[in-house]
Amino acid sequence: MKLQVKNVHKSFGHTKVLNGISLDVAEGEMTCLIGASGSGKSTLLRCINLLEPVDDGEIWLDGAEIADPALDPQPIRQRIGIVFQSFNLFPHMTAEENVMLAPRRIFKTSRDALRPTVEELFDRFGLKDRMHHYPDQLSGGQQQRVAIVRALAMKPEIMLFDEITSALDPELVNEVLQVLKSLKQDGMTMVLATHEMAFARDVADKVCFLDKGSILEQGTPADIFSNPRQERTRDFLARVLGPR
Amino acid sequence: MSDSNKGPTRRQAHERKLKRRSMILAAISTSVVVAALVILIPLTPGWERVKQSFFNWDIVVRTFPKLLNAFLLDVAIFAWSVPLIAALGLAIALARDVRDPVFYPLRLFGILYTDIFRGVPVVLVVYLIGFGIPGLGLQRPFNSPYLWGTVALVLTYAAYVAEIFRSGIESIHASQRNAALSLGMSPSDTMRFVILPQAIRRVVPAQMNILIALQKDVALLSFIGPVEIFRQAGVFKSLLASFTPYVVAAAIFLVVTIPATRLADHMLAKQNRARS
Amino acid sequence: MTSPLKLMALAAALSVSASTALAAGPCATGKTLHDGTLTIATGNPAYFPWVIDDAPESGKGFEAAVAYAVAGKMGFDADHVSWVRASFDESIQPGAKNFDVNMQQFSITADRDKVVDFSAPYYTSAMAVLTTKQIVEGGAKPTLDSLRKLKWGAQASTTAVPMLVGLVNPDSDPMLYNDNADVSAALQAGQIDAALFDLPTALFLAAVTVNDGVVLGQFPAERSTNPDQFGMLMEEGNPLKFCIDEAINALKQDGTLAKLEATWLAESTGVPVIK
Repeated sequence: MKLQVKNVHKSFGHTKVLNGISLDVAEGEMTCLIGASGSGKSTLLRCINLLEPVDDGEIWLDGAEIADPALDPQPIRQRIGIVFQSFNLFPHMTAEENVMLAPRRIFKTSRDALRPTVEELFDRFGLKDRMHHYPDQLSGGQQQRVAIVRALAMKPEIMLFDEITSALDPELVNEVLQVLKSLKQDGMTMVLATHEMAFARDVADKVCFLDKGSILEQGTPADIFSNPRQERTRDFLARVLGPR
Repeated sequence: MSDSNKGPTRRQAHERKLKRRSMILAAISTSVVVAALVILIPLTPGWERVKQSFFNWDIVVRTFPKLLNAFLLDVAIFAWSVPLIAALGLAIALARDVRDPVFYPLRLFGILYTDIFRGVPVVLVVYLIGFGIPGLGLQRPFNSPYLWGTVALVLTYAAYVAEIFRSGIESIHASQRNAALSLGMSPSDTMRFVILPQAIRRVVPAQMNILIALQKDVALLSFIGPVEIFRQAGVFKSLLASFTPYVVAAAIFLVVTIPATRLADHMLAKQNRARS
Repeated sequence: MTSPLKLMALAAALSVSASTALAAGPCATGKTLHDGTLTIATGNPAYFPWVIDDAPESGKGFEAAVAYAVAGKMGFDADHVSWVRASFDESIQPGAKNFDVNMQQFSITADRDKVVDFSAPYYTSAMAVLTTKQIVEGGAKPTLDSLRKLKWGAQASTTAVPMLVGLVNPDSDPMLYNDNADVSAALQAGQIDAALFDLPTALFLAAVTVNDGVVLGQFPAERSTNPDQFGMLMEEGNPLKFCIDEAINALKQDGTLAKLEATWLAESTGVPVIK
């Protein structure tokens, strides 16, 4: 298994957010986390990236435990890319500088040495003519694609996506989802928190339904969308997909 | 604007009329107030004495060159203080931001420092440091009032500047820090390349106001010896028994501070517009 | 109010003006701020040896004694002299004053005289160089050549500032301070080597305020083209000036001023004259 989450617990104050989550993600697989707002999808992703320390439980990446509080999180985060709902580009830097900052500082690579790889990434996601623009000169869809490029430039082993299309205008959602499809074709291991049910059904290898900090049900998209076993999964899908 | 060749729209014409009316009203009310001041003040019984004492043209002519020359000292003190204040202020702001318990003493120092130096009048700090530290027995040139006066200004103003930097740092949303950390960047790189550049840009107008205050407080160094413009004006006041040199000094200050104040206000307004 | 000191001062005043027992002589009648009383301003605080213990009512100290003597000559007995405090700035600002005369070592200069009135001089001061033992041991001598090389200080609001340029013309720009205490502090901190004061003040500071203070030398009054002469300061055009001048000139002629100087101002003959 590429990534294993084992019985992870997390509380904010007295609020239990993750309540014994266990999850296996295989190499090259796309896993979609679905569930209502507040069900713990985002927190789970932030715990995997070590932005939030877990209270209890283990997280294994490539056969090594990473959630041990005694470990330095920095080198681990370099191996795990994450993209946020609100893009979070650095507003005082151009798209290119946003992408180059972390590799320059961490790998001590010069701009010139980075440029071919970075240009290739921009080119691949249709952003070549936007490299020298500042974030506020870009559309939401472009900003989100730059944010993905920024994470990819660190050559991560696994990518986490936290509702990356939720803040976009509807007509811009597709250009971002196309990027995910393309990454899947490359064999990138990915975990998505998403509300895009159609996308999850068509592209995901595995779908997990989270409810109140637990994974209530998981399986192939066909299992979850066509044949949900749990009452609450059925309720949730009925609410987001409408009566059918 | 497809109908622009047809002349102004109804709304444009209406707004133009309103604008003209308000300009006429403003012109009338301003002239009335100015005329009242110009006519009424000279009618007061003490005007001749006041004019003689505060607005004596002969004394303006006699004292202006030397006052202007003394002002250069103010400018010089200001110029070498500003980079020191900025550096120390930033260091204190960062010290107060350290979360690691090992560095708690540093944080505590930062808090005490800003509390103390914002709480004591600048002139007292100038006196205590300017006379006190050289009094410990330092030899020339290390007992110079320029040196220790500058230290006093730097210590005091760095406390204000640090607080403003800190408010700037705190105004940067946590998501920026998270984005940088999630890429694997170190906390110090995150501060240096992501948080600080944004924070500093955001507080430039507020810092401008501090600089204007500093430009005025430079005059406090005169208390420990240096003959800058305020002191030179005081000497002239005493020798000529006239307050006119003070008026001249004030005018020289204003020539510098008014444009700076306008610039700071302009920058602040621009920033507020950009943020809304 | 009837302390022995006060009575002494009264006696002194009466002795020099035995003829006048009235509250106000004919000259000053109707010209004072308050009828029948002469209101005199002094500094806040007033310094030794001009006023002893900051208490001018005692009549002790040179200026306090001169004040009672002048008042006596003008026909005000000690009970009809009242004291107020006023700074130099208050004295030159336009508008009503709270004193008839202001007496705190004000030097008479032509520029000042355009704005305010001065009485006839009641004291002519030598200027003196205040320094410390360390500086003297370091080789400073009472010669102009030696003095010129020193780092100088002075009190900003006194005529010592132009005198410094006129008499010494130091190589480096002098430092200027708000009051005697600050000049002393700078001297103590080694920020200046020497300061110029009137001789009585220099003697006082050397003896009391400055550790290891030394009066290195004096410039006799006749050395300067504009010797430092102290006069009482009045509002421009004050009609009292004539009466005051008359009183001061009388005190000068009958030797009272010289006597008061000998009583209150320290012996200055021991201070070397600067060559």
